[in-house]
Amino acid sequence: MLAFALRRLVQAIGVMLVVSLISFVLFRFVGDPVNQLVGVDTSPEERAALREALGLNDPVLVQFARFIGKAVQFDFGISYQFKQSVAGLIGQRLPATLELSFVSALFALLVGVPMGVYTGLYRDTWLARAFLAVSLIGVSLPTFLIGILLIFVVSVNLGWLPSFGRGETVRVFGSWTTGLVTASGLQSLILPSITLGLFQMTLIMRLVRGEMLEVLRTDYIKFARARGLSRRAINFGHALKNTLVPVITITGLQIGSIIAFAIITETVFQWPGMGLLFLQAVQSVDIPIMAAYLLLIAFLFVLINFLVDLLYVAVDPRIRIGEATR
Amino acid sequence: MTARPMRVTAGVAVRAAFVAALVAGAAGAAAAQEGDKTLRFAFQGTLNALDPYSLNETFTLGMLGNVYEGLTKRDKDLTIIPGLAESWEVVDPLTWRFKLREGVTFANGNAFNADDVVFSADRVRAENSDLKTRLPADAEFVKVDDHTVEVKLKTPNPILHYEWDTWYIMDKEWAEANDMVDPVSARDTSPRPAAFTANGTGPFMIDSHEPGVKTVFKPSESWWGTPEHNLDTVEFTPIAADGTRVAALLAGDVDLIDPVPVQDIPRIEANPDTEALTGPELRVIHLGFNQFDDVLETSDVEGENPFRDPNVRKAFYQAIDIEAIKQRVMRDLSTPVPLLIANELFEGSGQFERWPYDPEAAKQLLGDAGYPDGFTVGMDCPNDRYVNDEAICQAVVSMLARIGVTVNLNAQPKAQYFAKVLAPGGYDTDFFLLGWTPGSFDSWNVITNLAGCRDETGKGGPFNLGGYCNEEVDALAARIVEETDTDKRNAMIGEAFEIMTSETSHIPLHQQSLVWGKRSNVDIVQRPDNQVLFYWATVN
Repeated sequence: MLAFALRRLVQAIGVMLVVSLISFVLFRFVGDPVNQLVGVDTSPEERAALREALGLNDPVLVQFARFIGKAVQFDFGISYQFKQSVAGLIGQRLPATLELSFVSALFALLVGVPMGVYTGLYRDTWLARAFLAVSLIGVSLPTFLIGILLIFVVSVNLGWLPSFGRGETVRVFGSWTTGLVTASGLQSLILPSITLGLFQMTLIMRLVRGEMLEVLRTDYIKFARARGLSRRAINFGHALKNTLVPVITITGLQIGSIIAFAIITETVFQWPGMGLLFLQAVQSVDIPIMAAYLLLIAFLFVLINFLVDLLYVAVDPRIRIGEATR
Repeated sequence: MTARPMRVTAGVAVRAAFVAALVAGAAGAAAAQEGDKTLRFAFQGTLNALDPYSLNETFTLGMLGNVYEGLTKRDKDLTIIPGLAESWEVVDPLTWRFKLREGVTFANGNAFNADDVVFSADRVRAENSDLKTRLPADAEFVKVDDHTVEVKLKTPNPILHYEWDTWYIMDKEWAEANDMVDPVSARDTSPRPAAFTANGTGPFMIDSHEPGVKTVFKPSESWWGTPEHNLDTVEFTPIAADGTRVAALLAGDVDLIDPVPVQDIPRIEANPDTEALTGPELRVIHLGFNQFDDVLETSDVEGENPFRDPNVRKAFYQAIDIEAIKQRVMRDLSTPVPLLIANELFEGSGQFERWPYDPEAAKQLLGDAGYPDGFTVGMDCPNDRYVNDEAICQAVVSMLARIGVTVNLNAQPKAQYFAKVLAPGGYDTDFFLLGWTPGSFDSWNVITNLAGCRDETGKGGPFNLGGYCNEEVDALAARIVEETDTDKRNAMIGEAFEIMTSETSHIPLHQQSLVWGKRSNVDIVQRPDNQVLFYWATVN
């Protein structure tokens, strides 16, 4: 078990190194950071001096080694644009992204599971068909379009909810701010959460529906019926419970993508989280922020996969022996 | 089984909380509307460090202009008016004397005096400042008494104070106490917390500042002037996405947005509570030609550079139907110009006219130059920098196709575009679109930056991407910069523009328009330099 964990840890570090190296190579094609840092009147000599001072003339590998050397000490440098420490900036923006991701995941589960159960149980009703049609929209429409549509219908035409931002936030501890305890904060969460969680919701719904259809055909459900258990007990106590294992797995894995895909939702709703910070950084070629963000996302995916692997090993002894198949 | 009822309860609780929040929020919003006057403003870019010497950019300097003040200010029509200097006189061509306003205090309560001016003059010319060009490097600032400063020049300079409305005066004691003696720069290796606070003499103070998220301004009680605004609070939020910004205005979540995409103007006008505010901007959009290299890399013409022939350049000029660009691409929100400077900024601009649109004449000129069947050339264009920049380039491409010239368009985001076409990219462009606003609002800036002879590194004319060069224009520029007689100076500027026009050094296109969107109950002055100044705003 320990050997397995250690081996996975080494692999994880390797993956993160490769991700940051690739991102460093790509930064060369994003544009010239210096041009975004100075006004038009700044002379070419001064621009060249600034480029030299920022170390942008060094070979990619040298820049990369410098970045990694500092990153292992949790020093991600100072943002070119914001002139604040990158670690501090990400720390300020992280709560917004995590809250949004958490509420989206909650929305996806709380709405997706019941809809999945319903469409699984009552396949031919018009409501089930309507749910399926909605889910088709969730899968096929791009996130930014859903976001803009929601803004124009709910905020502009109906005037029910705020069109952008996070509303009023309260500082909880350190740099952690929350919008979960204020009225405007909760209102502001609704549209972005729906936008971000819609895809996951439809995924979960279709997954639950498929699993339900499968499980309802199995022998033990038939036995349960034969024993004369109530429909309710069969559907929820036996059928749904057995569908939840894959749902939990998928949800866990999707949390990584929710956080990563928050970039688009955050841009559409001007949600002040990490994704918006990253997009602003790309537009202004703010290399320290881009490098730190990509490393963080890589870490997140690696961490989730690592945990899932460990869980599998704990749950299913058959996976434990990777060597056996080798 | 025990989990089920609990989950249901949690779901109900969440829904109940949302409903409660909706009701409470609606009540809160109503209360806020009655009481204080708040202006909620959204712009496409962010406000980062608040050090007024860190970034020479209109938006940042405009926002800081609500908090800081210069020795001079510019009025609603851009005329120069007294700011922190009550008056000034030119004692002799090399000596200017400024009488400072008395009884002015900074936000922290410190008194404003001559020491602060001398300090600010040193600081703005320090190594990390991005506003070095505001003052001549060799000018000497001398404190005569607490409220008099003399500026000793090495060469006469008639436009010494033209850009001083955005050279903001800082408090010497505050800067020294808060590690702000050096301007904040990307070169800094450790963060500078004071760079995110401000201590100015202006009509507003920064109440809170979260870069990229929200900035709150409050009126300053101790301001020396008489407020023309009626605001209690200004909330600034950056909203980068065009659609979201417009939606926020339409939904009533903000009161003022800048800019409005031209295609959204009808929607804003159609809403009874909102309107669009338009006016000419000082920026002039132009096209330029590579005249520097012996051969054009992107062209099929071998052994020579067709753009070195003035006839070819004029042919391109006359092939472009500027009225069509105005009507179709700019939806009438542009002002075609004959020069590289805005009509408002040069008195003599009325004597100039554009070369007429005439595709036949253009074909003739191309033939005369030895290219009767045209040629191929590549064009570089930004797609997120100016109003409809890419669409303008596409229109130009199709218009040039009519005279037989095949243009391969390369439109890309500004970060990549500028990295390619400016000095660090080796001025790697043969035909390009660029916009220019002279920071000093003066023609000399245009002539030297866009048309001064340059070398490979950009020395001489850093933004002369095409490397146009005429010794006569350079000689005139050298005299213009020192001429103190306005009429003689304007005559020489006219002469330089005459040469540039006759040789078609560039193709001036138009001044684009500013488009702001506002709620109907907001009144604000829209200055053509696109600074957003709250001290001229009222909310009714």
